[in-house]
Amino acid sequence: MEAVVFVFSLLDCCALIFLSVYFIITLSDLECDYINARSCCSKLNKWVIPELIGHTVVTVLMLVSLHWFIFLLNLPVATWNVYRFIMVPSGNMGVFDPTEIHNRGQLKSHMKEAMIKLGFHLLCFFMYLYSMILALIND
Amino acid sequence: MSAPAGSPHPAASTRIPPKLGGAAVSGAAAGPGPAPHQQNGPAQNQMQVPPGYGLHPQNYNVPSGHYSQGPGKTTSLPLDSQSGGYYSGVYTIPTQNVVTPNTANQQSGAQQIYGRGPPAPHIVGSTPGYFQGAASSSSHLHTSASQPYSSFVNHYNSPAMYSANSPAVSQGFPSTCGHYAVSTVSNAAYPSVSYPSLPAGDPYGQQMFTSQNASTIRSVRENSFSGQNTAVSHPSPLPPPPSQQYHQQLSLSGYSPLSWSASGLPSTQDNLIRNHSGSLATANNNPNAVAESSSCPVMQTVQPPESSPVVSTVVSGASSARAPPTANHLVETVASVTQPSELLQQKGMQYGDYVNNQASSAPTPLSSTSDDEEEEEDEEAGVDSSSTTSSASPMPNSYDALEGGSYPDMLSSSASSPAPDPAPESDPAPAPVPAVPQPSKTTKPFGYGYPTLQPGYQNAAAPLSSGVQPSSPVYSGFQPYAQYPGMNQLSSSFGGLSLQSSAQPESLRPVNLTQERNILPMTPVWAPVPNLNLDLKKLNCSPDSFRCTLTNIPQSQVLLNKAKLPLGLLLHPFRDLTQLPVITSNTIVRCRSCRTYINPFVSFIDQRRWKCNLCYRVNDVPEEFMYNPLTRSYGEPHKRPEVQNSTVEFIASSDYMLRPPQPAVYLFVLDVSHNAVEAGYLTILCQSLSENLDKLPGDSRTRIGFVTFDSTIHFYNLQEGLSQPQMLIVSDIDDVFLPTPDSLLVNLYESKELIKDLLNALPNMFINTRETHSALGPALQAAFKLMSPTGGRVSVFQTQLPSLGAGLLQSREDPNQRSSTKVVQHLGPATDFYKKLALDCSGQQTAVDLFLLSSQYSDLASLACMSKYSAGCIYYYPSFHYTHNPSQAEKLQKDLKRYLTRKIGFEAVMRIRCTKGLSMHTFHGNFFVRSTDLLSLANINPDAGFAVQLSIEESLTDTSLVCFQTALLYTSSKGERRIRVHTLCLPVVSSLADVYAGVDVQAAICLLANMAVDRSISSSLSDARDALVNAVVDSLSAYGSTVLNVQHSALIAPTSLKLFPLYVLALLKQKAFRTGTSTRLDDRVYAMCQIKCQPLVHLMKMIHPNLYRIDRLTDEGAIHVNDRVVPQPPLQKLSAEKLTREGAFLMDCGSAFYIWVGKSCDNNFIEDVLGYPNFASIPQKMAHLPELDTLSSERARSFVTWLRDSRPLSPILHVVKDESPAKTEFFQHLIEDRTEAAFSYYEFLLHIQQQICK
Repeated sequence: MEAVVFVFSLLDCCALIFLSVYFIITLSDLECDYINARSCCSKLNKWVIPELIGHTVVTVLMLVSLHWFIFLLNLPVATWNVYRFIMVPSGNMGVFDPTEIHNRGQLKSHMKEAMIKLGFHLLCFFMYLYSMILALIND
Repeated sequence: MSAPAGSPHPAASTRIPPKLGGAAVSGAAAGPGPAPHQQNGPAQNQMQVPPGYGLHPQNYNVPSGHYSQGPGKTTSLPLDSQSGGYYSGVYTIPTQNVVTPNTANQQSGAQQIYGRGPPAPHIVGSTPGYFQGAASSSSHLHTSASQPYSSFVNHYNSPAMYSANSPAVSQGFPSTCGHYAVSTVSNAAYPSVSYPSLPAGDPYGQQMFTSQNASTIRSVRENSFSGQNTAVSHPSPLPPPPSQQYHQQLSLSGYSPLSWSASGLPSTQDNLIRNHSGSLATANNNPNAVAESSSCPVMQTVQPPESSPVVSTVVSGASSARAPPTANHLVETVASVTQPSELLQQKGMQYGDYVNNQASSAPTPLSSTSDDEEEEEDEEAGVDSSSTTSSASPMPNSYDALEGGSYPDMLSSSASSPAPDPAPESDPAPAPVPAVPQPSKTTKPFGYGYPTLQPGYQNAAAPLSSGVQPSSPVYSGFQPYAQYPGMNQLSSSFGGLSLQSSAQPESLRPVNLTQERNILPMTPVWAPVPNLNLDLKKLNCSPDSFRCTLTNIPQSQVLLNKAKLPLGLLLHPFRDLTQLPVITSNTIVRCRSCRTYINPFVSFIDQRRWKCNLCYRVNDVPEEFMYNPLTRSYGEPHKRPEVQNSTVEFIASSDYMLRPPQPAVYLFVLDVSHNAVEAGYLTILCQSLSENLDKLPGDSRTRIGFVTFDSTIHFYNLQEGLSQPQMLIVSDIDDVFLPTPDSLLVNLYESKELIKDLLNALPNMFINTRETHSALGPALQAAFKLMSPTGGRVSVFQTQLPSLGAGLLQSREDPNQRSSTKVVQHLGPATDFYKKLALDCSGQQTAVDLFLLSSQYSDLASLACMSKYSAGCIYYYPSFHYTHNPSQAEKLQKDLKRYLTRKIGFEAVMRIRCTKGLSMHTFHGNFFVRSTDLLSLANINPDAGFAVQLSIEESLTDTSLVCFQTALLYTSSKGERRIRVHTLCLPVVSSLADVYAGVDVQAAICLLANMAVDRSISSSLSDARDALVNAVVDSLSAYGSTVLNVQHSALIAPTSLKLFPLYVLALLKQKAFRTGTSTRLDDRVYAMCQIKCQPLVHLMKMIHPNLYRIDRLTDEGAIHVNDRVVPQPPLQKLSAEKLTREGAFLMDCGSAFYIWVGKSCDNNFIEDVLGYPNFASIPQKMAHLPELDTLSSERARSFVTWLRDSRPLSPILHVVKDESPAKTEFFQHLIEDRTEAAFSYYEFLLHIQQQICK
């Protein structure tokens, strides 16, 4: 059973890693002026909720399967995701707002955030991999 | 005449030889000239030649004698004999200086002469610039003398002031100018010292001439000689054509004071006192000059060292350092001196072509450059100038004729808006402010190691003061010479630094805010002039179009952070200009890597290559660029209008189009619900539109359409051939479609009759409607569909909350919270519908302009989004009703007239570029930021302002100048693709003191206001308010701890920042940010929208209104505009203490005028101006000044009209009686007074002080 949990987590984590990379690529495209803010934001906003769900699911899964350490590790990031989503002002078009992304260094902070998430997901990936192998061996 | 630009070049190549050569030339030239002058001339020549130094003293002595006698004669001569009244004015000035230096009275007399001076030039008429020149020069004098006001008058009289800037290349002039300044200075200084040997300046001037002009112009020179005797080396030698240049230079000299003036109050007495008290200092200056040429020790010995070049640089620095203690005059002189040299250099650069390095070298080398090089450059400059002058002289004329002179135009345009014009002029007056008070501390920052020399100077000075005449003459003679090279060096090596240092005294003069009772100057505050050398200054972009919060850019982000000041630009790119150079050429020259447009601040490496001033890439000059269409000459790329004007407009080729230029398309979307009909705006709109139908900007393709909506959407088929307009109703508001897509937007000219029919019918069409709903969202969607094929302008008239379909809004305002001091909610939009719609529109090149005419809350915060992101504009008329509120109705009418007929640009984009190392990170205004530095503007109108925040990403240590360029690409209403380019150049500084010296407080306040709006929307209003207060606290405490280096318990600010706390307090009491006073949410949001999109001039009036006393208007200081005399009453501070019951006051709040009439106001005023017999009979609501045939009425009306003409939207005039209920409206603008909810100014200062001490 534990192996299944980690296999799922591993797959989910892979998806999140790809998503992070996608965020980074899209944002850097915007930075380099390859795409305009409007299309960049509409692309990214589409994936904000999937990312939120994907990560929340893993976090909850860890809680349910009583992996406290991994749960606690995931909790801050999951909380941040939810917080960010909830705090979007009513007039904005999503977490990424084309009218503001070029202001006040938002682009940079989004980029930084995507980078940090990428690193975090990579860390999680190896952790899940290790746990999965451990679980498989134990089985 | 047209000496090849190349001539200077060779000189440049060999350092020393050129000097010698130049000297020789000068000598030769001098020979033929009139005797006295010639003598001087040769002497000077000797001076230049290193070996000749020993002789100098003697030579000089001789000249001195001449001079003493000379002035009177010479003056008379130049006036009469010399061609042109121009000179007369100028000459008189110098002579006066020479003659009268000692006594103040004499000087005043001189001033009078000056006053006359300007008119003379007028007569000449050929070049308006003269006036300016004269005026500026006069201002100089004035400063020394003591009649700031009179100087003002002069300035005003000469609208041409700016023209001085005229693009024309001033080649020979700079040198003369410099001389002039020098001579005057020396004179001024001397008098106090009691020196007879004023002539010193003269010989120098002669030298200049000889070297420069001698070879080329002989006959001229003779004239010049006479002039020279006067002491002002002025251009006299220059032939009439150059006169323009001359003007320029003069104006420049005038400028120098400006830079200082920052904002000081000119107290003439102070000046005088200083002169006297500061005689030593002044004396020192002279020595300084000497020192410049030679090292200090030499000075003492009185023999000038030959190593002059190196020394000179040092000296210059020293002199600059010294400047603070010395009287302003001195400072000015220094500045002027430096300037000329700079001019020379630049000329060398720009005109000399080859000099190439000029730009790059001048800025970069800083002090490091070897003296020799500098000298060479100087020489080159001199030579160049001579050669150039000859060539140049034809230039200006033709140029003016052809293009109308870009700068003058600019200015003239500014003239129309009163504020800008006087600005430069007025500055000089304030400039005179006593430099004396300044502590020596200020000098420190500037040191650059030069201060060490000072002692030497002083020594030298002392003997002078003691009255050793023989030696003194030598000095005097020597001075100019010394200064000259010094100046050159400065200019070359330091770029703007030298000026800055000199400027520092004034703009850095510490002001104890809590002690200074009248902090507000009597005259409007003008933009500080960046401390650039004269030539760059002359070429620089007008502050009306382009301003930076820091006119001295700090070298690094660290330095900027230390200063705690906001760094940003304020733009007004599409401002109405009466004239600007329009350039049609096949190839628009741009940098190949950063795409910067070629501009006056690039450097030409040789005739075939130029170096980009933003990215430093070396580019080729295309073949076409080699030909100058203005002069019809070939091989002078540096004289092309693109390189002579910092504001130009290109006609773009098809490379700049994504599609064929669109026609002008106007769509009107009108609310016709019951509420709207009740308010009655339709009548006004339709009437105004039919009146202005022919004036709508556009060509034969212009299209127009109408959509009305209540709970359904009505389209109007106006297709040509119909007998009457056909109304098509779409009731499916959930899925809007266009009933007949082709015939809704029709050609204005083909369907004019139908359109007029419709406009006549519309006001009555819905008169009996019972529909109260408003389906604004669907109507906008329909408008978007209608416009998306072409793009254009959508004008939306809305009178209530949209209540149906997409984009419907709920009332969010809680009236009980209006005066809450804590939380103000709902400043942001409630839905993203309007934002999305705006972005869609922006993508289709459609702008949405919103006219909100509502009596109740209409959620402007949400509705405004449709305009904010589509580059539209927002107009709000609270409690609009055509009968109940006639003043609003009238305002709408006038605003509409402006709105419909003003210039418009379609499918525009604006890109702002800046020198490598700087980056923009936040933009303010109405637009959509499409990529990092590209603003997408579906429409651009002349009333739109923008702001940009900057950060310094890389250290700017390897450059001394930074440039900013905005390029606005748009389609004119005539279907032409045009690019308007503005380029601003600013110096880079390395010391904190310099940064503070260059603060443009108004720009800083406007930028802060923009930032605060962002903050209050993204965070909260109280955060924004705190941030504003912190901005003051931080910057003043940083100034106190870093620049003053003294822990004062007092609140000290540099002069440049002295208005900062006042303006911030004004912001805190502004509708947008105030708390505790009942403010309707829509009013607040509208104020925020205005802050975001108003250009600086208008925004400042909104933030800090101007108060004038108008019951005693006189013609003193009046200016003439269009044959009208416009009185210029002094500004009053915004405090009830200034209001006397015996008076009447006019408050100019930008969008409204209030005339407050005191209870015991003079009945004569009430009768003559207001048209009522006494106070009691004045009605409560009075919105007009009657046209009475009395002098005071005429004055008052011309003043009000003049104020009104300066802004795009016509303000409403309210006559407020004392004790009438409307007076609260008036009193809330008295921001220096205490209200229940807010500090008085003094309390605010104490609060700041408290915060700083924490």
